[in-house]
Amino acid sequence: MTLYLLCLALFCVGLYGVLRKRNLVKIIIGLGIMEYAMNLFFILLAYRYHGRSPIEAQDQQILQMVDPLPQALVLTSIVIGLAVTALVISIAIRIYEKYGTFDITEIKRLRG
Amino acid sequence: MPGANIIPLFVIIPLFTAFFISLIGRFIKSTYVDIVSGLSSFLLLIFSFWGLAILGRCPETALVYKIGGWLPPFGICMVLDGLSNFMLVTVNIIAFLVVIYSFNYMEKYTDKPKFYTLFFLMLTGMNGVIVTGDLFNLFVFLEIASISSYALVAFGTEAEELEASFKYAIMGSVASAFIFIGIAFLYGFTSTLNMADMARVLSAKPSNWAVPFVSVLFLMGFGLKSALVPFHAWLPDAHSSAPASISAMLSGVLIKTLGVYALARIFFNVIGASGTVLSVLMFLGALSMLVAVILALSQWDLKRLLAYHSISQIGYVVLGIGLGTPLGILGGLFHLFNHSIFKSLLFLNSGAIDYSARTRDLREMSGLRKKLPVTAGTNLIASMSIAGIPPLNGFFSKLIIILACVQKGHIGYALAAVIASVLTLASFMKVQKFAFLGPLKEKYQAIKEVPPAMKFAMVSLATICILGGLLLLPSFSFFLNNAVNVLSDGRDYALAVFGAVLK
Amino acid sequence: MMNDPKIGMSLIVKTVTRLTVGLILLFGIYIVLHGHLSPGGGFAGGVIIALSFVHLMLAFGKDVALKKLSKNLASNLESIAALMFLSIALFGFFGGAFFSNIINKGVPFQLFSAGTIPLSNLAISLKVGVGLFAIFLALVILEESKRK
Repeated sequence: MTLYLLCLALFCVGLYGVLRKRNLVKIIIGLGIMEYAMNLFFILLAYRYHGRSPIEAQDQQILQMVDPLPQALVLTSIVIGLAVTALVISIAIRIYEKYGTFDITEIKRLRG
Repeated sequence: MPGANIIPLFVIIPLFTAFFISLIGRFIKSTYVDIVSGLSSFLLLIFSFWGLAILGRCPETALVYKIGGWLPPFGICMVLDGLSNFMLVTVNIIAFLVVIYSFNYMEKYTDKPKFYTLFFLMLTGMNGVIVTGDLFNLFVFLEIASISSYALVAFGTEAEELEASFKYAIMGSVASAFIFIGIAFLYGFTSTLNMADMARVLSAKPSNWAVPFVSVLFLMGFGLKSALVPFHAWLPDAHSSAPASISAMLSGVLIKTLGVYALARIFFNVIGASGTVLSVLMFLGALSMLVAVILALSQWDLKRLLAYHSISQIGYVVLGIGLGTPLGILGGLFHLFNHSIFKSLLFLNSGAIDYSARTRDLREMSGLRKKLPVTAGTNLIASMSIAGIPPLNGFFSKLIIILACVQKGHIGYALAAVIASVLTLASFMKVQKFAFLGPLKEKYQAIKEVPPAMKFAMVSLATICILGGLLLLPSFSFFLNNAVNVLSDGRDYALAVFGAVLK
Repeated sequence: MMNDPKIGMSLIVKTVTRLTVGLILLFGIYIVLHGHLSPGGGFAGGVIIALSFVHLMLAFGKDVALKKLSKNLASNLESIAALMFLSIALFGFFGGAFFSNIINKGVPFQLFSAGTIPLSNLAISLKVGVGLFAIFLALVILEESKRK
């Protein structure tokens, strides 16, 4: 249970970064932390007590293993996170080109 | 079952088109790129109507396609039922007409093949969200659609577009994080990811704290994706900054597919819509309806005004679905269809004005009716439709929603819907007055009407607006009623899916 | 160009890179080819393949890396890889079900086994490797255009 709560704490750290920080890069880092927290949470859900990694090998019989499905899902989620991060970073670089700053309080041409 | 074989095509065709165009786009003329993408989206439209025919003929309420031949709940399955088919038809009509419109409109941007690649990836994501029967697969398709839409909002790479896209991307990613955690919780609780199997497991288990917790997470996540009022901040920026054909796609179908459809599917068919969730949905719907229309009244940027109206009209849809009665759901889904038609039309109109007169500010334009007769005419139809003037489609769906509110005893919500409708009318009278009526300004003497492809898209949408009310006639009503039945059957979705699997 | 001391990092880094970059590429290919037997697979192997090119770019500057894999080639290869993956899935579609494994699966724990899975791994690794390289390249080019 403690581990799940720590995941939640990590998620909240990321959310704090997204909501409170003023620098675009720090916001992106906050987003990354959120993604790590949720992936970690999903991996933890799959853990079975005394389970081992779900890899079948020759001449070995696995009696107790952790749930393999979330590992595949988390891999997918990591790829999605990579795509989002790459896109957001390139947008941030372009924003820096146009506005000359990373401070979101100065990036406010859209109003209303 | 041979009929089910068309289901994966809704993902295969746009995915193939996207990468095919990105591969050959550099070597061929842009006319051929237009032809390839037009053909592909036309094929999708044909298939979505064909799905309607297949579904009408077969005795079951759902068709299931097993990916890789694996039986659900072990493998991923794709489900085509009344609701999916309704959404597929809606999405693919808009997508086809937007592609036609983009032939000319996207000329002013430099890289047309890249536009089509992103566009078809977004279409892949939307069609995938609609046909999938697996919760994690839904998340993946949702992200495909979202990521391509972030890139499409920033397509022009002007300062405003980048700013809007950044905001949209951050908000969208936070929403996705909430949805992902909700899915993780549901998986931990039920040990399955298939939506039908999950519904079965959840209805067999005693209720505990996990389901309300997951409901809150999904409400936040999908609420952000569908821009209900407390979560709406990104929408006016993103939808007004994108190129007009993309705005039409985003406002017309993206927020409905990723937001309302996924919300309705998960809450009604998987988790089971409890009274609390329904009343929260109704409240959020009514709130979005009123707040957004008041914010829209003061806008002078045409596209921004339309974007605020999107939030307001999504409020009607969510209010209708949140009533939970068959009549309310009918109203909500019918309004979803109607709104995607007339809001896409309005955005295409704004694009046409931008194309000819190069302005989006209502105070700048005046008397454009004389120079842009087709745009002005279709815009008048769409404006009357969104405001709910009787013979047009918007009137019928709003009437059904208001009747359903009264029938269930929510007089306050009915009143709110009426007030929002009146305010919508006021705000579109402002558009008509400033943009199309009045004297023609000196600088607009030389402008010309838009090219025929753009006219074709706008006139087709206007025709659907006029004829949309016919969908309520008994001979066409199966289109809406099948969709309504899926939602009002609730967790019987599991029975329908497993019935189709075992056959 | 590779030995120009003005471009890229110091001599030590360049020498080490010259020695290791091939090994990294080989390791990536090994992981891709054994994806159906051991941990790893298309994505992990693809990332390592991309890293070998990124390594080259960091040590020698972007021109050397671009000579090995140009921007247009990377973009085309990425589309080809996606189409490859889709066509592997489509073979299954016409032979039974979308994504079904129609090729003979062979003996378990052999290199040539598991039907379409190694082929899909190859397509994914190409897509991921080239895609990641293209992302890095795009960021580098953005940075360059800003500095001018």
